[in-house]
Amino acid sequence: MSFQPVKFYQTGTFTVGNRLLPPEERSVQASAKRFNSINSGHRACQGCGEALGARYAIDAAMEATDGQVIAANATGCLEVFSTPYPETSWQIPWIHSLFGNTAAVATGIAAALKVKGLSQNPKTRVVAQGGDGGTTDIGFGCLSGMFERNDDVLYICYDNGGYMNTGVQRSSATPPAARTATTMAVGPEPGNVFGQGKFVPAIAMAHNIPYVATATVADLRDLEAKVRRAMEFRGARYIHILVPCPLGWGTPSQDTIKMARLAKETGIFPVFEAEHGEIKSVLAIRRPLPVEDYLRPQKRYAHLFGKTPALATIAHIQELADRNIRKYGLQARKEGH
Amino acid sequence: MDKPFAITLDPGSSLANRTGSWRTFRPEYLDRLPPCNAACPAGENIQGWLFHAESGDYEKAWQSLVENNPLPAIMGRVCYHPCEGGCNRQHVDSAVGINSVERFLGDEARKQGWKFAPPAASTGKRVLVVGSGPAGLSAAYHLTRLGHQAVIYEAAPLAGGMMRFGIPKYRLPREVLDAEIKRLTDFGVELHLQTKVADVLQAMKDGFDAVFLGVGAHIAKRAYIPAGDANKVLDAVAVLRGMEGHDAPMLGRKVVVYGGGNTAIDVARTARRLGAEEAIIVYRRTRDKMPAHDFEVEEALQEGISIKWLSTIKEAGESDIMVEKMALDDKGFPQPTGEFERIEADSVVLALGQDADLSLLENVPGLVVEGGLIQVDAGMMTGHPGVFAGGDMAGSERTVTVAVGHGKKAARAIDAWLRGEVYAPPPKPEIATIERMNSWYYSDAPKTMRPVLDIIRRQSTFEEVLGGLDESNALFEARRCMSCGNCFECDNCYGVCPDNAVIKLGPGKRFRFNYDYCKGCGICAAECPCGAIRMVAEEN
Ligand SMILES: Cc1cc2nc3c(=O)[nH]c(=O)nc-3n(C[C@H](O)[C@H](O)[C@H](O)COP(=O)(O)OP(=O)(O)OC[C@H]3O[C@@H](n4cnc5c(N)ncnc54)[C@H](O)[C@@H]3O)c2cc1C
Ligand SMILES: Cc1ncc(C[n+]2csc(CCOP(=O)(O)OP(=O)(O)O)c2C)c(N)n1
Ligand code: SF4
Ligand code: SF4
Ligand code: SF4
Ligand SMILES: [Mg+2]
Repeated sequence: MSFQPVKFYQTGTFTVGNRLLPPEERSVQASAKRFNSINSGHRACQGCGEALGARYAIDAAMEATDGQVIAANATGCLEVFSTPYPETSWQIPWIHSLFGNTAAVATGIAAALKVKGLSQNPKTRVVAQGGDGGTTDIGFGCLSGMFERNDDVLYICYDNGGYMNTGVQRSSATPPAARTATTMAVGPEPGNVFGQGKFVPAIAMAHNIPYVATATVADLRDLEAKVRRAMEFRGARYIHILVPCPLGWGTPSQDTIKMARLAKETGIFPVFEAEHGEIKSVLAIRRPLPVEDYLRPQKRYAHLFGKTPALATIAHIQELADRNIRKYGLQARKEGH
Repeated sequence: MDKPFAITLDPGSSLANRTGSWRTFRPEYLDRLPPCNAACPAGENIQGWLFHAESGDYEKAWQSLVENNPLPAIMGRVCYHPCEGGCNRQHVDSAVGINSVERFLGDEARKQGWKFAPPAASTGKRVLVVGSGPAGLSAAYHLTRLGHQAVIYEAAPLAGGMMRFGIPKYRLPREVLDAEIKRLTDFGVELHLQTKVADVLQAMKDGFDAVFLGVGAHIAKRAYIPAGDANKVLDAVAVLRGMEGHDAPMLGRKVVVYGGGNTAIDVARTARRLGAEEAIIVYRRTRDKMPAHDFEVEEALQEGISIKWLSTIKEAGESDIMVEKMALDDKGFPQPTGEFERIEADSVVLALGQDADLSLLENVPGLVVEGGLIQVDAGMMTGHPGVFAGGDMAGSERTVTVAVGHGKKAARAIDAWLRGEVYAPPPKPEIATIERMNSWYYSDAPKTMRPVLDIIRRQSTFEEVLGGLDESNALFEARRCMSCGNCFECDNCYGVCPDNAVIKLGPGKRFRFNYDYCKGCGICAAECPCGAIRMVAEEN
């Protein structure tokens, strides 16, 4: 676990705040004075997980740096819904890059800070952010270079499992069997193929960079602790946040957090952190559930639950989740008090 | 125009974009009724007082509790806590130990000398209360709070009704009872002991504007059992009442108790403590049909009391009794089998229930009595205007807590009646069922068990069996409460909104929606742990 959970205080550290905790022990999001780095009026869909994840992450980064964050942002929903010209939702210095080069732009900002001597104010830190498409596909070369050179950038990937901004096309982070506009639910193997998978957090770890973590919008305390931890390092850092997309996943807008929780609880999405290539902690499953509980509510998997359920496909996805559980040691543990 | 290359417009803020117009459903805060509150016969706001206990403000918690029930230390010992039966936490792990926290607060109040908040300004009205059982005490307390002078006439030499002359000391120590009664007389309730009311309308001529009757049900029901002269056949109420006198009743070495209610259990346990080697309960039906509560039966069995189910007493001889075995018919009713058995017995105690003595009402016109119970309306008023009644004499569910609830309801109705109005209880909000909540957020926390007196001392002394919680246990237990249906300021809604459309108003002030930007996604409602937000369709 990335942070010390409060043993027992009614809702422990599960809720955003908790009136029984001293204010300094509450989350950044609980504070009436939080930055709201991304402001109201943005044009994200109702219940957007990416808008939420971005505010969680950047507010935490702002908190950790006394408000000294500069962000570069790849093209994608986050960029488009927050900055239709000439309007912006961002309350931080924010630079739009191209779809594929945000890691390089951030590297450039970090280098400029150094050259201009602005890193004399060591609190000013650079964050790069992009969607899974911009990160795992087109921006992957720039990203790997940034890792390999250990540039002083925190890269945050908001993974919603597809190119959502352009109408839900497949990315290399789209999960197997999921229906997208380019992996239709037709033919003998409907939906996305079962490829080898491409899990960028593991690839980031293979670069042995100082810090790699995964998180979801369902575990705020964990997410904030990871951003805070990331800011304690210099060099390349990577946080991969699962952000459900009601539109692309075909889930009701109120279920965004629930879907992220189910992804974690079923083992579909492993939540962990690693330093210098070694796993340091994992968020254990609290109430184990079969993957079906995660798949069934999503329209992108509707074809698995037709008149004749695709039992073999569901079993295959279950195997992948079970492998995550084994590999990362996600088994449920007894909650102490 | 002094703008950089390719820039033609000033940067604007997205705040200009009122995304609230996208909304088809709007979130609204509301208070739902916690099921514990709904189940409490005394109408306590349990979630409300636990809220204060959770933050360690026990005095405020106690003050909030006594707004509805003036007897927390007693309740914390004898109440059968139907609230816990309704508690939503049982769907998470096990019900909140509401009753044990209530007892902790009651005992804290005794230790710290907490006092009731001062009553309303005097109205100059005087109300007669007949009987100082829980119904009478509660009515007198609530009448006093409302500014009326409550005067209790009690036939017995000591106040408390069945709480003193029925419930044994090992469950309700008398100093606890005395302290809570004294707080009531200190508060302004006038108590006249050894003042039996023989005729209500006559008694009202002592300058009373209304009367509340809470005379209980004290006349033991009898069963015909042929008995030899030498055998002792006693009634349970008399035996238990005898425990309050100087000489404990003589029951002998082998005691048989006939009946299956809590009185039967209490008599058997009392007999054991008085030195009976054997105390046997004979009951004509099966264990699951016993009106006594499961935990009482369990405690009795632990103390070495044996129970003969499906048995009736046919006759009582000099030193034994004859018991006939029963068998259930297809409808589940016990039928005689013709199989007999003799059991040694020095005495037989009948615990077959009690009837109310309604003789004081003989001359009152308009009263309706059905099945031995006086009939009352929704405001506890009998058929005779100005005469109200509650407790055991008016209800078939006979518990201390029901009696307290009747007393409260009657006091409010009397207050309205004295002003020429009819009491209309405030409408009840919908229940905060577990389906309306999000229990994910509650951390696992098993119930705290109360300490229990060791078995040897339970068989020989009248020391209190069930212990209380200490401060840290009580705090833990209070914090197990999930605050069903009522915002407990967890900040979830404020945190989870992707549109920053929830405004935090500060400690104790809860939250407000900013409908300019709320898109109506419903995440706040889905993630509110306690179900204090609902989504409502927008008009157009
Ligand atoms: C052995 C036993 C154990 C019990 N255990 C529990 C328990 O653990 N928990 C629980 O919730 N309930 C228990 N009960 C039930 C509970 O005690 C009663 O339901 C409750 O006391 C009824 O309250 P009341 O005010 O209606 O009447 P009572 O408590 O019976 O009080 C009536 C009072 O009116 C007085 N009175 C009667 N006639 C007159 C008159 N004419 N003039 C003046 N005064 C008069 C009586 O002396 C008495 O003091 C138990 C009952 C018994 C018998
Ligand atoms: C080089 C290039 N190719 C294609 C596009 C069109 N485009 C804009 S955003 C986007 C997909 C974004 O997907 P992702 O990075 O996952 O972000 P999301 O919208 O899902 O948050 C695409 C294909 C582009 N802007 N630039
Ligand atoms: S959890 Fe608390 S509010 Fe909910 S039913 Fe139980 S005691 Fe009442
Ligand atoms: S989470 Fe925000 S946008 Fe969604 S319904 Fe609640 S207040 Fe409105
Ligand atoms: S989510 Fe928490 S703060 Fe918001 S209404 Fe519910 S209990 Fe209150
Ligand atoms: Mg994407």
